[in-house]
Amino acid sequence: MAQIEVRNIYKIFGDKPQEVLQRAQNGEGKDDLLADTGHTVGLSDVSLDIEEGEIFVVMGLSGSGKSTLIRHFNRLIDPTSGHITVEGTDVMTLGTDQLIKFRRDKMSMVFQRFGLLPHRTVIQNVGYGLEIQGVEKSEREKKAREWIDMVGLAGYEDSYPSQLSGGMQQRVGLARALCTDPEILLMDEAFSALDPLIRSDMQDLLLALQAKLRKTVVFITHDLDEALRIGDRIAILKDGALSQVGTPADILLKPADDYVRAFVKDVNRARALNVDVIMRPPALRLTNETIEEAMAQMRKAGEEYGYVTYENEYRGVVTLEAMEELNGNDKIKWARELADLTHTVHPDEPIEGAVPAALTVDYPIPVVCDEGELVGIVSNEDMVSVLDRPDEGGATELHH
Amino acid sequence: MFPEFGKPIKLATNEFIDWLIINHGDFFEAIANVILTVLVALEKLLRGTHPIAIMVIVGLIAYAASRRFSLVALMIGAMYFIGALGLWEKAMQTIAIMLVSISLAIAVGIPMGILSARSNRLRLIINPVLDLMQTIPSFVYLIPAAMLFGLGKVPAILATVIYATPPLIRLTDLGIRMVDSEVVEASRAFGATRWQLLRGVQIPLALPSIMQGINQTTMMALAMVVIASMIGARGVGETVLIGLQRNDSGEGLIGGMAIVFLAIVFDRISQSYGARLQAFRNVAH
Repeated sequence: MAQIEVRNIYKIFGDKPQEVLQRAQNGEGKDDLLADTGHTVGLSDVSLDIEEGEIFVVMGLSGSGKSTLIRHFNRLIDPTSGHITVEGTDVMTLGTDQLIKFRRDKMSMVFQRFGLLPHRTVIQNVGYGLEIQGVEKSEREKKAREWIDMVGLAGYEDSYPSQLSGGMQQRVGLARALCTDPEILLMDEAFSALDPLIRSDMQDLLLALQAKLRKTVVFITHDLDEALRIGDRIAILKDGALSQVGTPADILLKPADDYVRAFVKDVNRARALNVDVIMRPPALRLTNETIEEAMAQMRKAGEEYGYVTYENEYRGVVTLEAMEELNGNDKIKWARELADLTHTVHPDEPIEGAVPAALTVDYPIPVVCDEGELVGIVSNEDMVSVLDRPDEGGATELHH
Repeated sequence: MFPEFGKPIKLATNEFIDWLIINHGDFFEAIANVILTVLVALEKLLRGTHPIAIMVIVGLIAYAASRRFSLVALMIGAMYFIGALGLWEKAMQTIAIMLVSISLAIAVGIPMGILSARSNRLRLIINPVLDLMQTIPSFVYLIPAAMLFGLGKVPAILATVIYATPPLIRLTDLGIRMVDSEVVEASRAFGATRWQLLRGVQIPLALPSIMQGINQTTMMALAMVVIASMIGARGVGETVLIGLQRNDSGEGLIGGMAIVFLAIVFDRISQSYGARLQAFRNVAH
């Protein structure tokens, strides 16, 4: 069971949402309903499963309903119809006191314009969630200090928010959200108000914290690059309805509809996609072969190159040409002694990281993971096929 | 040509007031007694204290509110001037009435403002009532008030509260509605109860506006002292009234000057306190 389950959520804004709900459920469009009834369809039949420990990004343009959606998770907004289940609890059934307890224990939120309390210092802001819970002052200040340290704001404990830059204010926002040790972190356009460089710093900070903390993060953004960078999975929202839910690679390579396709059109795929998306198993794997055996295998398979792994560790590439040049020199017995280990890439590296190697050598680049194992190879053709834009007339585009 | 509305309204009102006096006279008398007891005690205290002590206290309050010695000097100077006009005793009477009226206005106005900020429907009802309170000539309700509470200070205080509370209600309401919605959302998202939200976020952030409301209330209350003196509230308003009755322009002027100086004292102290409260907003980057 997913940690957060959203089932058939509808949200209609207006005086008589229930009357319009029926028509929305029958599939009448957002624009028609607005013109006809004056009601705005905020969300239309949204269903999602968000798994524990993932960064789930909801992406959409302004007015797509993404901020409305995230406010349903802690019921800052109530749906017109539908269910939200968090860890098996239907949040719609919670009474006032239970809802308050749920908000205190389960999740916390980071806001686009930070939502800091301007009349309180940094440390008072960070400890705010604990204060609400009734935690004693010395205890909450101790925790708050730890988190202020974690987000790199040590020394600013007694500053007021207005004395800090935007990026620093959002670090306070993040520390405040984490200070209550929630299981779920809701981030509503958390980095959108920041300068690009600061934004990228904050993304790094979030990813670094996430590697340690493994929270469930629901992240709202209108920036596709941001979504691709930090999201384990991405949901794309348009006019209150989901267009597609999938991994960054799914979204980029298999856009579900024209809307998503138009969205991903201008993405720099070489940067957004990692090598592991396009790698394939090596054509010829050598292990403990002698030069003669290796040559025989390569000729048989019709390959010019072989990838040598020995004792579960990648040792390099041998070329048929190099072995032939040896011409029976029997000082070198094993194929692995001839292997060239210079050009490799990591599976988590963006594709553009493999380009320099691909331009230097004429064999597919071996992909080697942290443990030193060969997990695949990347050929120039694979790279081209992914970097090529399917809706723009194929590979010819690249040669202009 | 017109249907006759005036007479039935007149008769019904009179009957209603009579009915109130006959059936609930004790209740109104009890309220009047409480207010009067507090007022008399306060007035006695103020008049019994040596003027120098009062001026020192005013100076201390001015310093606590502003942390500026220039204001302290100005405030003591204003009080000294009132004394020099020969109106010290009457000014003390007026200050006593003011303090009681403003306390009542705050006790009513801030909660009403908070409620009005919370509900659009309530605001819809309150707004015309506030308009009425501010525009209807005070004599209209002074007549029944004098009947219910007797002549003297209590109906004067009541009239002052009715006239002076609306700006506080409006500015409290406005202040709370103007609090950044994201900050309110943040507080709710962390599981704040309504009371925690109100106490920890909405009131502190609306405080500049609320202080402005208290300031306005104070100024309007001072504007009522002459009218209040007509129904026997005494104080500096009486001096103006006497000047009016005896065709004595000089007397009227010194009464008016005393009122202005009292106004300056109340205004500057409450303004600078309000300004200091929002110091966190102005810190340089």
